[in-house]
Amino acid sequence: MKYVKPESLHAASVLLSEEPGTTRILAGGTDVLVQLRSEVVEPDLIVDLKHLEGFGDITSEDGGFRIGAGVPSAEMYEHKALHAAWPGVIEGAELIGSTQIQGRCTMVGNLCNGSPAGDSVPGMVAAGAVVRVHGPDGERDVPVEEIPTGPGKTSLAKGEFITSIFLPARPERSGDAYLRFIPRTEMDIAVSSAAANLELDTDGTVTSARVAVGAVAPTVRLVEEAGTALVGSKLDDTAIANMMAAVEAACSPIDDKRGTVEFRTKTAGVLAKRAAHIAYERAGGSK
Amino acid sequence: MAFDENVKTEFKVIGQRVSRPDGIDKVTGKALYGADLSAPGMLIGRVLRSPHAHARIKKIDTSASEAMKGVKAVVVNSDLAEPEDDFFRDVKDNCLARDKALYDGHAVAAVAATSRSIARAAIRAIKVEYEELPSVTDVDEAMKPDAPVVQEGRADETVPAGSGPNVTTYLEFGHGDLEAGFAKADKIIERSFKTAATHQGYIEPHACLASMGADGRGDLWCCTQGQYNVRTICAEVCGIEATQLRVTASEIGGGFGGKTTCFIEPVALALSRKSGKPVKIVMSREEVFRATGPTVSSSSDVKVGMTKDGRITAASAKLRYQGGAFPCGTVEFGAQSAFAAYDLEAVRSYGWNTLTNRPKEAAYRAPGAPMAIYAVESVVDELCQELGLDPLDVRLKNAAKKGTLASYGPTFNDIGLVATLEAAKAHPHYAAPLGENQGRGLSCGFWFNFGGNTCVSLNVNHDGTVGVVEGNPDIGGSRASISMMAAEELDIPYEKVRTVITDTNSLGFNDVTDGSRVTFAVGLATIEAARAAKREMCKRAAQIWGIDAEAVVWEDGAAKPSGPNAGDHPPMTLAEIAADMDSTGGPIAGHHEVNADGAGVSFGVHLVDTEVDPETGATKILRYTVFQDAGKAIHPDYVEGQMQGGAVQGIGWALNEEYIYGEDGRLQNPMFLDYRVPVASDLPAIDTVILEIPNPGHPYGVRGVGETSIVPPLAAISNAVSRAADVRMSELPMSPPRVLKAMSER
Amino acid sequence: MKNFHINTTVNGDEAEFICEPDETLLDVLRNRLGMTGSKEGCGTGDCGACSVILNDRLVCSCLVLAAEAEGGKVDTIEGMADGDKLHPLQKVFIEKAALQCGVCTPGILVAAKALLEKNPDPSETEIRYWLAGNLCRCTGYDKIIKAVQDAAAEMRSA
Repeated sequence: MKYVKPESLHAASVLLSEEPGTTRILAGGTDVLVQLRSEVVEPDLIVDLKHLEGFGDITSEDGGFRIGAGVPSAEMYEHKALHAAWPGVIEGAELIGSTQIQGRCTMVGNLCNGSPAGDSVPGMVAAGAVVRVHGPDGERDVPVEEIPTGPGKTSLAKGEFITSIFLPARPERSGDAYLRFIPRTEMDIAVSSAAANLELDTDGTVTSARVAVGAVAPTVRLVEEAGTALVGSKLDDTAIANMMAAVEAACSPIDDKRGTVEFRTKTAGVLAKRAAHIAYERAGGSK
Repeated sequence: MAFDENVKTEFKVIGQRVSRPDGIDKVTGKALYGADLSAPGMLIGRVLRSPHAHARIKKIDTSASEAMKGVKAVVVNSDLAEPEDDFFRDVKDNCLARDKALYDGHAVAAVAATSRSIARAAIRAIKVEYEELPSVTDVDEAMKPDAPVVQEGRADETVPAGSGPNVTTYLEFGHGDLEAGFAKADKIIERSFKTAATHQGYIEPHACLASMGADGRGDLWCCTQGQYNVRTICAEVCGIEATQLRVTASEIGGGFGGKTTCFIEPVALALSRKSGKPVKIVMSREEVFRATGPTVSSSSDVKVGMTKDGRITAASAKLRYQGGAFPCGTVEFGAQSAFAAYDLEAVRSYGWNTLTNRPKEAAYRAPGAPMAIYAVESVVDELCQELGLDPLDVRLKNAAKKGTLASYGPTFNDIGLVATLEAAKAHPHYAAPLGENQGRGLSCGFWFNFGGNTCVSLNVNHDGTVGVVEGNPDIGGSRASISMMAAEELDIPYEKVRTVITDTNSLGFNDVTDGSRVTFAVGLATIEAARAAKREMCKRAAQIWGIDAEAVVWEDGAAKPSGPNAGDHPPMTLAEIAADMDSTGGPIAGHHEVNADGAGVSFGVHLVDTEVDPETGATKILRYTVFQDAGKAIHPDYVEGQMQGGAVQGIGWALNEEYIYGEDGRLQNPMFLDYRVPVASDLPAIDTVILEIPNPGHPYGVRGVGETSIVPPLAAISNAVSRAADVRMSELPMSPPRVLKAMSER
Repeated sequence: MKNFHINTTVNGDEAEFICEPDETLLDVLRNRLGMTGSKEGCGTGDCGACSVILNDRLVCSCLVLAAEAEGGKVDTIEGMADGDKLHPLQKVFIEKAALQCGVCTPGILVAAKALLEKNPDPSETEIRYWLAGNLCRCTGYDKIIKAVQDAAAEMRSA
């Protein structure tokens, strides 16, 4: 196994492109080191990128935020403006692992790990986050939901890696929230999860809604019908019931040691409902 | 001189909350645990494990591994000795598989190499040819007549003809006329229950450092609950004479019964013998889960009859336990403890132990009792609910007390069950209001407690300090409690006593730290050793004063003349006698050796409030109170710690912990990520109420306290959840999917 | 495997070591620097027994490659007391019986110290969630949480 800290984005891309064996990119390392220790993966090359320019920075951009790929969750949590603008995204990132993990783990790592249960992913999808990808052919911006393609798989080509995540500007009267179900209160992988991101008009009617669910399909899924069910409502019981039905219809989970198909489907709807209510309140809506 | 024969009730040191002697080392990182010691020239040992649940080992080719640079030894089962006794042969065959891999994770071979990476490569270079066999992991499946046969010919003489091929023992006992008893009942409930296997979950993985010379002499450092037991096992399994193997127990990072046997120690010794170098083996967490002993999983049917006013008329329990791929006797403890809390006219227990393709069961805190009492206490609670009776009143009405003939044979002496139930009833917790989706549950718990072989030596130093040497690893503050008992008996300050735990060659035999025996039995031996030293010190004082030894008594930490003809001599303190001991006859010491009896059974009652989320089935523990009879609480903090720790292990067992096997018989959750022990944020404060009903079998009234506390939580929480969710739960763990499903079907 | 030569500061002192690329910071602390106070309970970030402070952040040292520590600052349990003067958390843990077997204790102390430096007056709930990544199997956490509260009070009044 080789461990390399390349000096530039270009050098990193070349290294990753040219390595014939298994490669892993190290940001926080909280997934990669677990894979190493459990001998699930034995990479030939580990490329450490977090020292590169911008990887550790949170910067304002077009009214939104650009978050470097090496920024650990704990730093995002401590960034007051970011936290105020996107509490749902932050609470997703803040639920990954323990306090100790928080000091290292990154949203980009969580995304590229390709787990459908990644806690920070539904919040980013609901937020309409866009990632910047660097590769042999230069840079491209990609909607976050297009990155994971299946458990452990991403749409990134060989030599490509994510350098940052962009969270767009927040309109007035908007709010987001993320909830997950775990058997304990901490330290578990989500059995099911849901994020909601709402925008309201002045009388509290939902004008735009994005609902994303996790751990109930091969990838985190943006459920457009669930969002549509909320638009035009003030989260009345009918709208919520329709939204929950849309979420349940979008679920195609598996039975495994963490939960059953039935349980995951049912709780995904419940969590989406609860997240929508929190997001609504954060957007200033009242019923 | 005379010593009072009765249980002592007035204390100076006992009952204080002193600081433990090992505290500084443990808060500064200096304390040395199993994996913390290294030796010059040491090799790294590593174990190859079966990926199959059940497979015949047709061939093991170690040649490629042995040929690797840096590989110094490779061992398989045949490199160990062949013990005659079944017990030791099972330990050996569990340490390294004989002709079959009996469970996922069963050790097959081991290597010692100069680095971790070479050891890893060497493990991979071993070629094992397996023939996969059908496997069984569920207790009920394993008992069927057509189940895959785990091991041939392991049924003992108790097993009735026609039982399934995996049943290894059968038992039944009880008293009274069951049929007549049930006929007198107004209500009878019979229910079946299942409990999952849980792991002790100690944070420190097994680790050892072995050094074995060509002369057959060896030294072994390991984390264990009993260094003498390790010596006995390793001597048998490796073919070493006991005296040639010195075993030193490291600090132990939790055991809870799981470190009362051997998994890697004989392997490390064999590797060291073969390589001529020290060998260290440290298990990974995955190895701990896959290959060390979890507790049994169980299936049971319990039937209880009750009158309208809450008198139990008859009760029976059928208990089926699986203890993994080797025979175990755990169901006996379950059957014996099932009805221990009740004074019954008609009662009968039946038990079966069966083999499965799982790791060999190891003791886990009150082994066998929690799952049996869970089933019984669930049925009693359901009867109370059905008959509209107060569950505490019903337990008081039927409570075992002094003179009760226990279902398993003995007649109880002084026991604290009634006092414990009354304390629970009087506690504000029992009367506190409950909200929506909330339920309160309670359960009694019981454990026998053990005494056993114990050896203590107490030495008086020239400066008036005292050293106690004992042979039981300190898993919960016992060095402090032993020092306290020595100080109490000698009537000197606690700070003047230092207790150390010694190796196998420096003190006579001691049983394992188990059965909640240490504070009781080592304490008893320490008190007796102190009494011997006091007798000697009185003799020395008498000699100095020129009077009869009989005319000297020990009071306030000093020898004093007593009686009409003793004369008027100022008292001589321990320090004064010690300073002069060279000229009065030489060193002063006391020692005591005993196979201690009279441990005194212990009862507890747990009260718990839970809230169940009706939309997700998630259970929150809102409030928890433990009531337990501790006999005399030597160090109340550590007694509370045992009560709290056991309760929380039981909470994990009730709600989330379980061994999950796939269809392929492989363990699916060998990590703390998915083997979910409780974390700090899952829990409320665990309140404790210590009751002190002295045990007549100990000079200070001590009972064991370590194990009883894991027994009640299973039923207490199940009863609370059943009431909160309005549906009777009968399977553990009560994971959210299971609770939600039960609620949807009610 | 090509070894690395790494320079770090551990508990305020310069520490140089050679390591293999797949060695973790925990491996190096324990096996190359002789600091066995940090424990390995799982190796996968699930138990917190290996907690250290890396560049002023609480981390699991089992999830950090040793090579990543180049130029970094590491604080471990061995550096918590000031000579023979215990940190208030260490002192209160002994006084309040907040440890039984003690193997999780170094990690919990390091984590609790990090909490109190950030938040001198945490609520019981905040302490419980902050320490959720530190497994303790002996105590049921009760006395640990109370000891952290007591130490925090002592530190605030100092």
